[in-house]
Amino acid sequence: MNNDSRLGMVVAGSLSGGVAVRLDGDASVEDVVVGRYVSIEGKKRRFLGMITDVKLDTSDQQLTISPPDPSDTFSAEVLSGTGAYGVLTVTPYLVIGGDQTITEGPQPVKTIPSHFAPVGLASDTDIEQVFGKEDAQRFYVGNPLDMESKLCLNLPELARRSNGIFGKSGTGKTFLTRTLLVGMLQKGACVNLVFDMHSEYGWEGTSEKGRKVKALKQLFPSKVAIFALDEDNARRRQVAADVFVKIGYDEMEPKDIALLKQTLNLTDLAVEASFTLRKRFGKDWIVKTLELETAENGEQELKSLNIHESSFQSLLRGLTAIKRLGFMQPHVERRAIDQLLGYLERGTHVVLEFGRYTEITAYILVSNMLTRRIYERYRENTETALAGDRTPPTPLVITIEEAHKFLNPEVAPQTIFGDIAREMRKFNCTLLVIDQRPSGIDPEVMSQLGTKITCLLDNDRDVDAVLSGISGKSELKGVLAKLAAKQQALIFGHAVPMPVAFTPREYGSAQSYKELAAESERPPQDIDKDIDNLWK
Amino acid sequence: MTKQSVRLGEIIEASTTGFSAQSYELNELPALGSLVMTSEGERKLYAVVYHAATEGIEPGRRPIARGRDEPSEQALFDNNPQLARLLRSRFSALVVGYRDGSAIRQHLPPKPAHIHAFVHACPQEEVKEFGQSFNFLNTLIGAELETPADELTASTLRLIAEVQDDPRALLVAAGKELAMLLGRDYTRLKAILERIKP
Repeated sequence: MNNDSRLGMVVAGSLSGGVAVRLDGDASVEDVVVGRYVSIEGKKRRFLGMITDVKLDTSDQQLTISPPDPSDTFSAEVLSGTGAYGVLTVTPYLVIGGDQTITEGPQPVKTIPSHFAPVGLASDTDIEQVFGKEDAQRFYVGNPLDMESKLCLNLPELARRSNGIFGKSGTGKTFLTRTLLVGMLQKGACVNLVFDMHSEYGWEGTSEKGRKVKALKQLFPSKVAIFALDEDNARRRQVAADVFVKIGYDEMEPKDIALLKQTLNLTDLAVEASFTLRKRFGKDWIVKTLELETAENGEQELKSLNIHESSFQSLLRGLTAIKRLGFMQPHVERRAIDQLLGYLERGTHVVLEFGRYTEITAYILVSNMLTRRIYERYRENTETALAGDRTPPTPLVITIEEAHKFLNPEVAPQTIFGDIAREMRKFNCTLLVIDQRPSGIDPEVMSQLGTKITCLLDNDRDVDAVLSGISGKSELKGVLAKLAAKQQALIFGHAVPMPVAFTPREYGSAQSYKELAAESERPPQDIDKDIDNLWK
Repeated sequence: MTKQSVRLGEIIEASTTGFSAQSYELNELPALGSLVMTSEGERKLYAVVYHAATEGIEPGRRPIARGRDEPSEQALFDNNPQLARLLRSRFSALVVGYRDGSAIRQHLPPKPAHIHAFVHACPQEEVKEFGQSFNFLNTLIGAELETPADELTASTLRLIAEVQDDPRALLVAAGKELAMLLGRDYTRLKAILERIKP
């Protein structure tokens, strides 16, 4: 630790509550911010921790009662750092050095540094040692607060579990997600399927200032396919969509209706009725149910099926609402799901743009229907791969927005997303959940999310939901509450050795596109070299 | 003793913690808080002047006023030459450290100063050197003397600061040391700071 970065020394603390660091006289409280990393030089090992609280203290209560005159700079200079001083609370996260770490890298802390251990700001080398350098697997996502060094994430490791990105509206969730998706494309860690509710990830998005930013398809034309639900909207926006999605009524199952219970305001009995009707009419049950209303023997039929008139009306209202969606058709020749699977299996990333169908009914319906089929296919493929010698399918990451709508405690057990979050990791399929109301998500699902990235949240329940189950929750709460309203985020969980508050890397300038896309398409000479190698 | 150091007087009473010395000339006394030095055999002792007085040499005979008809104070002494013999000026100093080889130790020496040892004013360089450390402050603020310890501490620091290249920096550093020592007594600290403020 050089003297420039020295802050103070450890004077008290506990493993559970963090250590108290008394600031040196010449280190100003105003220069240390919550969320910054510090290194503590213990006698035998070095500790890396995060500043989670800053407070002012005095050695004598009298000082607060009769403070020196404001014009008396001499007394102020004498007293700062002696009679009146700053105290930092630092939560130690990792130990560097010591026997184990030589072979295994930084380890989680099991103790705290001893009294009077000097404390300084963590250097860029420390951060690099913990998070690694940008390489074939690690993607540069941003910079730790007030630091130059790059925060790199191991994307294959990240994609191995379901993850969540949270933050209230306008805090930069979309930009962060886009960056992360670019990273996954760049590092080839997995194949993505994005249910893009507001059409921001496929072709182009807009920044808060109304400026247009390029999205995945423009950066990686050969690796990304855009599926559009709304043909008119896509044409108007001049999006080069690869597939226009149409869904047949006969592809819908009562399970899909059950999920829409809340959004379509269906009664329990109406949902029950849909199962009965499916059993009775088979594949064409929706068309036949709609016909039932005008049919002569409709009433009799309902009676024989033991369906009450009011339940039937409730269901009918729901089905009519679905029918009104422009992409729904009685029958579709080329099923969108087959095309989708085809793309995914070839390793092409798919963004499904919803165009003007931004209502939640369409979003839940489509994403759930498609995902259910994908789930089945992935399950099959993985099981066959396990049985035989085939390679398991490429890991799939499904990105969903407004996650609380279909991962809330009421519907999570029924939706396919609940299952994916809970167990699909084994079948190489994980979720990237984007949401602004994390408190609305089933705690069971939340607990299964491997890595969580959160921008500013100011609702207590949301903060609690995001931070549930991690150690040092109350300390991180302070850090989270103090994030800037824009372009600052906190990441913690499986993919990072310790929580980090960071500023996401720039996205949207010509330079950033160059950096992001440059690494994606391999230079021609590299490909030539590969071809040469083939013949050797 | 270095040649240029001024001889101030001679020790007439010595103890582990301090000594009293008599000035050779009437009224020629070192300043309150000034650093003086004396010796104990080979060892050089440093002390801070905390009290000075001019009085009759016999405790029972108190001086009386004589100058009603004299035109000036000087004339009074000229006309009464015995006064210089019957009166004396003396000062007391608190031992705050000693020189041990080349290093200055700011704590009590093992033995008191010798009686009749000469007392010299500390030359500037030595004062400067002494001001490198503030361990002596603890002795000063804790001393129970005729002079209030706070006044003594403040005077000493002012005098030490005077000879430094950057007096303010020294006072700030000393102030910080005091703040540490008087952490639980802000009122007292404030009083001293008020007195040393540049």
